[in-house]
Amino acid sequence: MDIPYIVQERPDTGLTNVKLGIWLFLASEVMLFGGLFSTYILLRINAVDWPLGSDILNVPIGTFNTVVLISSSVTMVMCYAALKLDDLAGYKKYMAATIGLSVLFLGVKLYEYVDKFSHGDYPSGSTFLAIYFTLTGLHALHIVSGVVVNGYFLGPGAALWNTNKEQFINRIEAAGLYWHFVDLVWIFLFPVLYLL
Amino acid sequence: MLMRWQLAYPFQPIPIIGEWLGDTRAPGGIMLPEFYNQLGAMHGTIMVFLGVVPLAVGGFGNFVLPLQIGAPDMAFPKLNMMSYWSFFMGGVVMLASFFVPGGAANSGWTSYAPLSVIATTGQTVWLVGMIFLITSSLLGSVNFIVTAVQLRAPGLSFMRLPFFVWAQLVTSFLLLLAFPPLEAAGVLQLMDRVAGTSFFLPSGLVVGDAPLEVSGGGSPLLWQHLFWFLAHPEVYVLILPAMGIVAEIIANNTRKPIWGYRLLIGSVIFLGFMSFVVWAHHMFMTGMGTTMSTFFQTTTMIISIPSVLILSALLLSLYGGSIRFTVPMLFALAFLPMFGIGGLTGLPLGLAAPDIHLHDTYYVIGHFHYVVAPGTLLALFGGIYYWFPKATGRKMNDLLGRIHFWGSFIAINIVFMPMFIQGLSGMNRRMADGGLEYSMNEDVLIWNTVISMGAWTLGLFQLPFIFNFFWSIKKGERVGNNPWKATTLEWSAPSPPPHGNFIEPPEVHRGPYDYSVPGSEVDFLMQTDADGPQAEPAKG
Repeated sequence: MDIPYIVQERPDTGLTNVKLGIWLFLASEVMLFGGLFSTYILLRINAVDWPLGSDILNVPIGTFNTVVLISSSVTMVMCYAALKLDDLAGYKKYMAATIGLSVLFLGVKLYEYVDKFSHGDYPSGSTFLAIYFTLTGLHALHIVSGVVVNGYFLGPGAALWNTNKEQFINRIEAAGLYWHFVDLVWIFLFPVLYLL
Repeated sequence: MLMRWQLAYPFQPIPIIGEWLGDTRAPGGIMLPEFYNQLGAMHGTIMVFLGVVPLAVGGFGNFVLPLQIGAPDMAFPKLNMMSYWSFFMGGVVMLASFFVPGGAANSGWTSYAPLSVIATTGQTVWLVGMIFLITSSLLGSVNFIVTAVQLRAPGLSFMRLPFFVWAQLVTSFLLLLAFPPLEAAGVLQLMDRVAGTSFFLPSGLVVGDAPLEVSGGGSPLLWQHLFWFLAHPEVYVLILPAMGIVAEIIANNTRKPIWGYRLLIGSVIFLGFMSFVVWAHHMFMTGMGTTMSTFFQTTTMIISIPSVLILSALLLSLYGGSIRFTVPMLFALAFLPMFGIGGLTGLPLGLAAPDIHLHDTYYVIGHFHYVVAPGTLLALFGGIYYWFPKATGRKMNDLLGRIHFWGSFIAINIVFMPMFIQGLSGMNRRMADGGLEYSMNEDVLIWNTVISMGAWTLGLFQLPFIFNFFWSIKKGERVGNNPWKATTLEWSAPSPPPHGNFIEPPEVHRGPYDYSVPGSEVDFLMQTDADGPQAEPAKG
C-alpha cells in the first residue's frame, strides 16, 4: 500500500496531506511569534520608560525593507500562477526574483545590524534593543530558511516538474503559504518595533 | 535511586558507585548538594521529555495510530525520521550536559528565572537540548494530525475512531500549540545567558553581594507564565495517551463496548481546550492578585470535570462485563484508582487557599507522581503487554508479567503514598538533605527511608519485565494476528506488520467496540466485518 492523498485531495476533507501539514505548522508558528509579541507587550507595560522606536531605528530603511518583502510575496504568487499556466520558464524567472528580493532584504537587515553594533548598541544595552534583536533575528532566520527552500525548488527540486506536475505545484503552493506567513510577521514587526 | 540514597541517608557515602562519580560531584563518595540539584533538575527533564512523552506519543502513537486507522504509514515518513533524529540529538545534548564544567542544569525542570539565568554552563546546554526536543515534538505532532485526518481507511468516520486515536489527536494539538511559547521562552533565556540581555532579570538584582551588571527591566514572572503555558498542557500530553490505552484494553477485556463513547470524545476535546487556560494555578504564590487567582482557580475546577467523566466512564465500562484478568487488563485496572488518587489530591492544590500551605511540599510531589508514575506508567506497561504480540508476533510470558505487575503495584504505592504524609506536615521539596535541617520535619523523616526502600524494590521488580521483554522477542509463544480477540483495525493486519502495514487496504463497516453484539454468533465483530449484525447506536 502506498500513502494516499499526496497528490490528489481527499474527497471528504478536500485537502492534500501537504496542505494540511503546512497549515498546522503555521499554526504553531503563530503561537511562537504570539508568545514573543506577548513578551513584548508585558515588558513594555511594566517598563518605567520605553523609547520610541523611531528615535532608535531608521524608519526610511525599515520602510524600504517592507516594500522589498511585500514585492517578494507578489513574485511568489506569480511563481504559482506561472506553474498553473504550464509556464516553467516564467516560474523560474519569478522564483529567481523572489530569492533575489529576499537576499536584498537580508542585506539591508545586516546593514542595520552592523550600523547598530558600530554605535555600541548591543542586545544587552536595553530591553528595547534586546527584544528588537531577538524578534528581527528570529524573523531573519525564517527568511534564511525560506531562501534555502526556494533555492532548492529553483534548482534540483524543479526536476519534479518533469515527472509529476501536480505534486510540484502543491509543493510550491505550500512554500508560498510559508513565505506569505513570514511576510505577515514582518508586517506586524515593522509598526510594532519601528513606529510605536 | 541516587537521589533516594541521599534522602534516606543524608551525607553518607554512597556504596559502590559513589567512588565513580568523581570529586566535583561527590568527593569521597559523599554527594554534594549541587550535584543533588543537578540530579533533581535532570530527573524531571529526562522523565518528562525523554521518557514518558516519547514512549507514549512517539512510540505507541507511531506504531498503533497508523494501524488503528488502517493507514500504510504515517503521512510524512521523512518528517517522521527528522523528528526522530532531532529527538535523538536533543537526548544526546541533554545527557552530555552532565560533563560540562559545573555539571548539568541544576535549576529544576522548570528552570525558573532569575536563578537559571545566572546558573552554570549546564543551563545553556539544557536550553539547546530543549530546542531540539521541541522541534522534534512539533514535527511529530504535525505528522500525527495529518495522518489521523487524511489517512483514515474508507468507512472509518471520526465517530468510528478508537478512543486511543482520539486521545492521540488531542495530544498532538496540545503539543503543536503549547510548545512554541516554551520555544520562545527558551530563545529568550538563551539570549539572556549568551547575549547578556535581561528579559528575565529585574533591575537592581544583587548576586553574591555585588549588583549584577545588566540593563535590567526584565520580569522573572514572565518566564513562569511562558513556561507553564506549555507545561500545563504538557501534563495532559502525559496522561491522555495513557487514558487511550486503558480504554482500548478495558473494552477488549470486558468484552463489551466502552460506556459513553461519545461522552469520552467530548470530554477529551473539552479537556484539550481547557488545558490552555489553567496554567497560572502553578503560580498562586507569585502575588498575582486575587482576581487572577479566582479566575485560574475556577478554570482548574472546571477542567477536573471532563477528567472525572473519563474516569467514571471507564469505571462504568467494567459493570456487567465478563472480565478477563489478563496482564494488560491488570495494569489497566490499576490505572483507574491510581489516576483517581492523583486527580483527587490535585483538587486542594487547585484552590488558592490550601495551596498556600501545600505548595512546594512533598504533597505536590506525591500528587503529580501519582498521575504520571502509578497512573501513566502503569498504563504504558499495560500497552506494551497488549500490543507486544502485534509488534513481534509473539506473546510476553504471563507469569513474569504477573510478578512484574504485583511487585510494581505494591512498591510504587510505598514510594509515593508517604509523600502525602510528609507534604501535609510541611516538608519542602528540592532539599538535598531531605528536610533534615528543619525541626518541624522530625516526625516524618522516617518515611524518607521507607520511600527509598520502596524505590529500590520497585527497581528490582522491573528486572522480570526487562528480561521478559527481550526474551519474548525471540522465544515468546507464537500467536496469530488477533490473540486478544479484539475488534479494532490493527488486529486485521499481519503480526508483525509488513512494510505498508496491510496486505489488502482495509474497509470499515462498524464502530470500534462491537463486542457481544446481540444476535451475533461470536462475541466480537471486527471493524472490517461487513456481514454481522449492526450494534444499536451508542447512547450517551
